[in-house]
Amino acid sequence: MGIPTDRLLLELRGISKAFPGVQALREVHFELREGEVHVLLGENGAGKSTLMKIVTGALPKDAGEIRLKGRKVEIRNPQHALSLGISMVYQEFNLAPHLSVAENIWLGREPLRNRWLGLVDRRRMREEAAALLGRLRLRLSPDLPVARLTVSQAQLVEIAKALSAHARILILDEPTAALSESEIDELFAIIHQLKAEGVSFVYISHRLEEIPRIGDRVTVLRDGEYVATVPADTSPAELIRLMVGRRLEQLYPKLPANPGQIRLEVERLRRSGVLHDISFHVRAGEVVGLAGLIGSGRTELARAIFGADPVDCKVIRVDGEAVDIRSPRDAIRAGIAYLSEDRKLLSLALNLSVLENITLASLDRFTTGPVIRVEQEKRAAQELVQKLRIRTPSLLQQVQYLSGGNQQKVVLARWLIREAKVLLFDEPTRGVDVGAKAEIFELIGRLAQNGAAILLISSYLPELLGMCDRILVMNRGRLVGELTREEATQERILTLATLGAE
Amino acid sequence: MPLLERNRRNGTMRKPADFEATSRARVWTTTGLTRRIAPYASLLAMAFLLSLLSPHFLTLENLFAIGVQMAVIAIMAIGQIMVIISGGIDLSVGSVMALSGVISTMLIASGVPIGWGIFAGTLVGGMCGLLNGTLIAYGYLPPFIATLGMMGIARGAALLLTGGVPIFGLPPSFNMLGGGRIFLGIPVPVAILAALAVIGHFVLTRMRFGRYVFAIGSNAEAARLSGINVRSVIARIYTYAGLLYGFAGVLMASRLSTGQPTAGTGYELDVIAACVIGGASLSGGEGTVLGAIIGALIMGVLRNGCNLLDISAFWQQIAIGAIIVVAVFSDQYRKHKVKGAA
Repeated sequence: MGIPTDRLLLELRGISKAFPGVQALREVHFELREGEVHVLLGENGAGKSTLMKIVTGALPKDAGEIRLKGRKVEIRNPQHALSLGISMVYQEFNLAPHLSVAENIWLGREPLRNRWLGLVDRRRMREEAAALLGRLRLRLSPDLPVARLTVSQAQLVEIAKALSAHARILILDEPTAALSESEIDELFAIIHQLKAEGVSFVYISHRLEEIPRIGDRVTVLRDGEYVATVPADTSPAELIRLMVGRRLEQLYPKLPANPGQIRLEVERLRRSGVLHDISFHVRAGEVVGLAGLIGSGRTELARAIFGADPVDCKVIRVDGEAVDIRSPRDAIRAGIAYLSEDRKLLSLALNLSVLENITLASLDRFTTGPVIRVEQEKRAAQELVQKLRIRTPSLLQQVQYLSGGNQQKVVLARWLIREAKVLLFDEPTRGVDVGAKAEIFELIGRLAQNGAAILLISSYLPELLGMCDRILVMNRGRLVGELTREEATQERILTLATLGAE
Repeated sequence: MPLLERNRRNGTMRKPADFEATSRARVWTTTGLTRRIAPYASLLAMAFLLSLLSPHFLTLENLFAIGVQMAVIAIMAIGQIMVIISGGIDLSVGSVMALSGVISTMLIASGVPIGWGIFAGTLVGGMCGLLNGTLIAYGYLPPFIATLGMMGIARGAALLLTGGVPIFGLPPSFNMLGGGRIFLGIPVPVAILAALAVIGHFVLTRMRFGRYVFAIGSNAEAARLSGINVRSVIARIYTYAGLLYGFAGVLMASRLSTGQPTAGTGYELDVIAACVIGGASLSGGEGTVLGAIIGALIMGVLRNGCNLLDISAFWQQIAIGAIIVVAVFSDQYRKHKVKGAA
């Protein structure tokens, strides 16, 4: 195992970054020594990826300075970062699936045989790619198309690509999220080897158990602020305490719950490889939280209930009655609504109007035969625009020109107009400013009080603790725990979500 | 479904931040307006210019002639615009039109009553459309491929049925549909076009089906998650479009009193051009029936003007090509500018 030297390679001092309505980073510090694996730890939304985007030149910083080997640098763009030896391997790989391994490694920097004709030196490409693959102990033909690689092989090809560009600093974003145990072992072995060769790593991960195995030091961020830098053998409990902090915001106008009948009941829901025998229920008037790391199956569960993805088996009862849900259409008819995690990609018809988006799921209520009763439709939509305080110049404004918070309210309005009995909220406050967040939570509380059953998915634990009567925790496609409002703490949830059992 | 995938890919091109609302809104209100007015303004400008250059342009007879010539294209554009708004494309326009014309004239020439012949021809178009729609919605074929296939199949079938020889010997009364006049001397095709345009506009703006067409073109996955039966709507879109092509084919045959198996060759481009010039976006979710008809009219006026001014037909092709490029360029430029404004 390589031992990090004391020489500082990268220093970030007082980095700040604001987006309108959100201070994403406030005077954050970070340092990376030569040959070190420095873990960057923090909850979702703590500012890890914003910080790394600044380092890789994908985002400009507002304040602070970046020093590379003691010299101050201004990183202008990703190409510039690359030329300084800084490379990032993202969770979603940036590989061209139809090109070969060698072509991907050299993409954009192909060695040329003849500069005037632009003839690519294929032999050199292949040979050097093969050498790199050998260095990463990857027994692959450089001619293989990337589409045929496994996730872990693709990841190593990404690393090879970074190495071929002479990267000295490699940023790995949750590299083990999709790997099996043995693949993780292999990856760690390679990281250790590259460390010994002098490459430094920034390692972003949620998995506390792997930190002592791979890291040298850990820097913890919370709510965009620097918390502490500690050795990697710090206990998980202490790390969780650092991540979570002590303060709990009073952002959540939780109304007193009086749960009634069971509204939604899910039994033995299974989708092979994704969801394993999941059973739970939500009562009328209850807000049930669904916690878990990204990739733990929360969204998949909500989509399965809603009929958006096929499953192997499931029994779903609404108000005690079994319903056969094979498509979102069936779910909506049964009184279930689903607010997807990505409103732009999955919820909104962006170049249609506020009006058209609000009534999209309930046009049957505003039609005589196949004809839309335009005036009635407008009145109903207008009412919701006022009720939810959607800030839009008119009902005919295209939703793409609304702010994130107002877009989310349009999606909410779509389901309110439908008067759904069961609402599945998937990250309802993602990309939403603080004011709109509070409004959305207030609405969720009111819906529950009016007897709706609510399942709330959120990666931001204070939200769940603030809003929910019960919290279910998922880990790798399984429900691994259930905590009542009184029992639930961030520490307990995180422990369940990262380690699987208390 | 390929449609869904395409929209997903569009979606991933989005900007990471949600904070661009105010600056975008301003850009929208001005450029949106100019863009919507542009086709009408250019049509008026062309008409004005031509009326100065040629004394024959602004006569009732000439205007009716333009109307008759563009009616077939415009009727098919009403079908195509639905397809384009839904995010698809239909290349089988010209071939389906020819097949329908050939089948209806063959039936009528063999003694079938004219009404039934017209009906059968239209129905053939609908069947071709249904096949397109089914392959696209349930067979996961990209619209470009499915309709490219139909383009070949329908053309081949029309040639096969006729042996490549036009159908003659039609009763003179059959010519009423394409060559007749109603009150005020208005040509029948123009009156039919007007009626179909009103219906098409109503369907797209006031009916649930039309709303779903826009929703699917804008974001098919969002439409599905809102409970819309996306596949069935897509199959219906292509079927209705096919019915319109079929009827246009019969109309064309009636105007020429001939069943031409080679009729409508290259019309797919004219029809798609009409939609695009009229403001439709090939990435879906945008477009109007009126715009498509104006687009057809612009091309009709341009051709007519070239004829009146004795400009070579080759120049006409160049001019129409240039108009298409300019129309789409201005659209893309606007979108790019709006995105870049953040």
